[in-house]
Amino acid sequence: MVVKKTIVVENLKYRYPNTSKLALDSISFSVDEGQFVGIVGKNLAGKSTLCEALVGLVPHFYKGAYGGKVVVDGVEVLNSSIGEMARHIGIVFQNPFTQITAAKLTVYEEIAFGLENLGMDRVEMVKRIDYVLDLLGLYDFKDRNPFELSGGQMQRLAIAGIIAMKPTVIVLDEPTSQLDPQGSEEVFKAVQRLSKEGVTIVMVEQKMEKIAQYADKVMLISEGKMIDFDSPQKLFSREDLENFGVEPPVFTTIAKKLNVKDETTGLYPVTIDEARRLFSL
Amino acid sequence: MNLVDVKNVSFAYSENNFVLQNISFSLQKGSVAIIGQNGSGKTTLVKLLKGLLKPKVGDVFIKGINTKDTTAAKLAKTVGLVFQNPNDQIFKNKVLDEVMFGPLNIGQSVDEARENALRALEIVSLTEKSQENPYDLSLSERKLISIASILSMNTDIVIFDEPTIAQDCWGKTRVKDIVRLLVSAGKLVITITHDMDFVGECFERVIVLNKGKLLLDGSAKDVFSQEDVLSAAYLEPPYITQLCHQLHYDEVFLSPESFISYYESHRQKKETNDAKH
Ligand SMILES: Nc1ncnc2c1ncn2[C@@H]1O[C@H](COP(=O)(O)OP(=O)(O)OP(=O)(O)O)[C@@H](O)[C@H]1O
Ligand SMILES: Nc1ncnc2c1ncn2[C@@H]1O[C@H](COP(=O)(O)OP(=O)(O)O)[C@@H](O)[C@H]1O
Ligand SMILES: [Mg+2]
Ligand SMILES: [Mg+2]
Repeated sequence: MVVKKTIVVENLKYRYPNTSKLALDSISFSVDEGQFVGIVGKNLAGKSTLCEALVGLVPHFYKGAYGGKVVVDGVEVLNSSIGEMARHIGIVFQNPFTQITAAKLTVYEEIAFGLENLGMDRVEMVKRIDYVLDLLGLYDFKDRNPFELSGGQMQRLAIAGIIAMKPTVIVLDEPTSQLDPQGSEEVFKAVQRLSKEGVTIVMVEQKMEKIAQYADKVMLISEGKMIDFDSPQKLFSREDLENFGVEPPVFTTIAKKLNVKDETTGLYPVTIDEARRLFSL
Repeated sequence: MNLVDVKNVSFAYSENNFVLQNISFSLQKGSVAIIGQNGSGKTTLVKLLKGLLKPKVGDVFIKGINTKDTTAAKLAKTVGLVFQNPNDQIFKNKVLDEVMFGPLNIGQSVDEARENALRALEIVSLTEKSQENPYDLSLSERKLISIASILSMNTDIVIFDEPTIAQDCWGKTRVKDIVRLLVSAGKLVITITHDMDFVGECFERVIVLNKGKLLLDGSAKDVFSQEDVLSAAYLEPPYITQLCHQLHYDEVFLSPESFISYYESHRQKKETNDAKH
């Protein structure tokens, strides 16, 4: 069986207007339908810019110099508007504040807004809104003004709005930065469930322990370049990871210091389950 | 005298919808983390400490002065608060002006303010951005600028509302260093965070809020040993502590370093024992 590639990026180069350095430099990769890809890298590495290039904000909103090719769900980003792209790919922005439209008065209407724009019928809409309100623990706040939510509740709303739309590809840019521990765990579980249902996931994260546990593959970005794109075990086992400003999961860090490896694979543990197995004396 | 006394405080944004209920605690200099579920009332609580909100019931005292009897402007000399969202805090067009605003506002001379602002920018390693517009900077940099804007005021009480948001491991290390620096300078550092590993590594005392109520208040070790209570409050211990539990260790470790030295000494013991047999 041939697996469908929902994202194909070929030699992508991009420079913001009035800047001299490439924010994205010769990036090529592809992602299978239903894969969960984590993106890691230090601040200013180019993670958010890559997300913007997948949804078409680069080059349609952010102008600048653009080269190469990005194809999402069979559609070339360069040749389609941001609005058209939204039918194929949704994004949860790094700062939830930017996500809230301010056009609507309540949390419920805020989620409905995105669905109305897709032209969804009423019955399906109500069903999906109820589902995401419950999933993100927002049911009690459905009649609240979005700007009267706590920071974490606002971030939950931003995620709910995109999950409700259920596009082919969902991009999440540090979506759990303001969530409580169980809230982040729930988001990772929900996103994993979506990917099992066939939704392709691209998620930028600083929580390496969670990426190691949930992502199928991890991409390491540094100074606009793709350094590596591999399984969490292989990527986080790289001895030179720190050179790119990335710390692996804490389990891997201690295993590296204590030189504890899986003897058959020669790799360090990256999840708590692997660590428990290798660290029991 | 305590730096902070919170006495039987309740608060509601709208009539009778209490988001904080009967909270009491006192704080001295040192480090304290406030943790809790989204919406549990953490940000509301620190806004009460800063005098931006006033209790509906009960009282907040800062160095013995009731926040109801003073102004937010007067409290600014004692209490600095770094907001959860830097966009709520930053309003100047130049980084240096932004970081100088606080010190000028509490009555420092221009020279003094500039000196303090430059030192604060150095602490967050953003000296070279001092002439730029904060809105041209990334979220992680804006967050560090909002931290510098409070450090420059040199207040006895420094409050961080989720300082590690958007920070990579370098930025997190920076924030950890800043917390330690302030504690060693004899300040009270209060930090709201969802990063339990950060709490385990940097904070002596931990206050847990759950649905507007104070659930736990104790040393980091005590609080993080109560996995069941934490779980009921939608929280979890640091990863290292979880690993210790899963390995059935008797001791609870809060930082990678303490785990490593424990494991190393036990591995050695085991190797010597194995060699004997
Ligand atoms: N301006 C406001 N008007 C009405 N209710 C509000 C307002 N700000 C916050 N709330 C509500 O008060 C409660 C406590 O909010 P607060 O911001 O203190 O939570 P928090 O513990 O800081 O959460 P988070 O971890 O998500 O930042 C929440 O239920 C929130 O929805
Ligand atoms: N709107 C913008 N205008 C100009 N340069 C930008 C803009 N946004 C980001 N950059 C630059 O692009 C590079 C990559 O940034 P970004 O994608 O935000 O990184 P990350 O998300 O990995 O922290 C950085 O050098 C940053 O300064
Ligand atoms: Mg980013
Ligand atoms: Mg908050």
